[in-house]
Amino acid sequence: MELATNLAYIAAAIFFILGIKMLGSAATAVRGNRVSSFGMLIAVVATLARSGLDYTWIAAGLLAGAAAGAVAAKRVQMTGMPELVALFNGFGGLASLLVGWAEFEKIRSVTWAIYLEGLGEGTPGAWFSAVVMVLAVLIGGVTFTGSVIAWLKLSGKMGGTAVVFGGQKALNALAMLGLLGTGAAFVAGATGDSAATLFYVVIGLALLIGVLGVIPIGGGDMPVVIALLNSCSGLAAAAAGFVINNTVLVVAGCLVGASGLILTVIMCKAMNRTLANVLFGGFGAAGGGGGQKVEGEMKAISVEDAYYVLEAAGSVVFVPGYGMAVAQAQHAVKELAEILERNGAEVRHAIHPVAGRMPGHMNVLLAEADVPYEQLCEMDEVNAIMPTVDVAIVIGANDVVNPSAAEDESSPIYGMPIINVFEAKTVFALKRGQGAGFSGLVNTLFFRDNTRMIYGDAKATVSGLVSQFDD
Amino acid sequence: MELILLLFAFTLAAFLGFELISKVPSQLHTPLMSGSNAISGITVVAALIAAGGTEGGISKWLGVAALVLATVNVVGGYMVTDRMLSMFKTKKGD
Repeated sequence: MELATNLAYIAAAIFFILGIKMLGSAATAVRGNRVSSFGMLIAVVATLARSGLDYTWIAAGLLAGAAAGAVAAKRVQMTGMPELVALFNGFGGLASLLVGWAEFEKIRSVTWAIYLEGLGEGTPGAWFSAVVMVLAVLIGGVTFTGSVIAWLKLSGKMGGTAVVFGGQKALNALAMLGLLGTGAAFVAGATGDSAATLFYVVIGLALLIGVLGVIPIGGGDMPVVIALLNSCSGLAAAAAGFVINNTVLVVAGCLVGASGLILTVIMCKAMNRTLANVLFGGFGAAGGGGGQKVEGEMKAISVEDAYYVLEAAGSVVFVPGYGMAVAQAQHAVKELAEILERNGAEVRHAIHPVAGRMPGHMNVLLAEADVPYEQLCEMDEVNAIMPTVDVAIVIGANDVVNPSAAEDESSPIYGMPIINVFEAKTVFALKRGQGAGFSGLVNTLFFRDNTRMIYGDAKATVSGLVSQFDD
Repeated sequence: MELILLLFAFTLAAFLGFELISKVPSQLHTPLMSGSNAISGITVVAALIAAGGTEGGISKWLGVAALVLATVNVVGGYMVTDRMLSMFKTKKGD
């Protein structure tokens, strides 16, 4: 029986590996996801087939969870994807925390004496299991509250800007030290009630650190945070696997941890910043780089005048940002793109890797609106042809098109690769008002001679352009 | 010995994970993330074992709670990824 279960776990791990590999290429991604879900099914069935399980609550739990997950997955709008991913992440993290905690309670009630005996004799297995229990609740806890804060920020239930306060770094350091100390004391062999107290303190501190870690991170850095939390949820599962000596948890969790980390690094590179800078920089809080002098003024243009320019344009590039998601303008954008194409213009959508609030956010929105795949361009590709573009339409993107990143060494975002829309002959910037972006930076693009601002809701503006063409 | 084997598996899986995802087009970043997020719901296996415990007590109830959460993660994660990817697919068929 044991052997059969373990063989099934190996099969499941193979399906996960194949699934992740296939998810990395557009042609096989759909099958990849199904292959990996089949692996999950194998793992679950093999576990259920183990003898000596009480199925009553298992059935209830599976049904409740499956129903809730299915409803959430069916109902979510594509604009709500970042929130949902954050929430699912948090659930995974909390589940791993609870698994670690359950194992602790089990050991405490049944075999704590044996565990301590092992410690006394210096058996490596004993302290190792204490270490991994701490790791499981630690990573799981940080993932959980971190994801909840990310979810609150993304869904607008909490302000998206960075929350920074005096003594924040000291508080974070204190919480970390407290966690290390408590964890060490627990591992060193606390007994009975004191072990339980220490363990609960570790859980509490882990939850606190998740909150403290994510509140100082501003909206535009969310893609990094989401990717990192994703990685953490995998590591939490791997730690839970060490706790219960389960290979499939260790392997699958670690795969997710590694792939999440790679995505995190890709996101950081796209902003030319280090992970430490994103996490601890408090970037986007008030006071960041206000000392710029900007020459010129922002020049507005009416929808009608913009139409005349677009009508004559031979090539148009759309540059979507978070503002497009907020205004839900993707369908209107697709409509305008179609009209422009019929009008003889070459249309592209230029997507910056960190545009929006999660990795690939803009791709998802444009795919939902049925924008043809061939029109989606990555940053380098579109920058090469930018000088030949007649009109670049920036829809709610800000920092990813800010020329300061290329030109102003004093700018906090200096060095970040951007989409060089300023090289286009004309730039239309769709924006709600005159305020700065999330980072609080002045966008010098808006003051350029070739830039015209179109104020108002992005969706209304784009729809306005569409109806101009229709007339 | 068993622990060493687990660590061995962990290390290999880490390298494998890095190799697998080294070059992913940005179009697939979100599906990759939500798909791998569903895989991290593998903790459902541990939750099943804890929730199926016959001794009862607090550890069983923690297991049941973990089971519900992990199942939401798994089922929701796979379904939403499938939904997203099918949007990509219909579009590619044009």
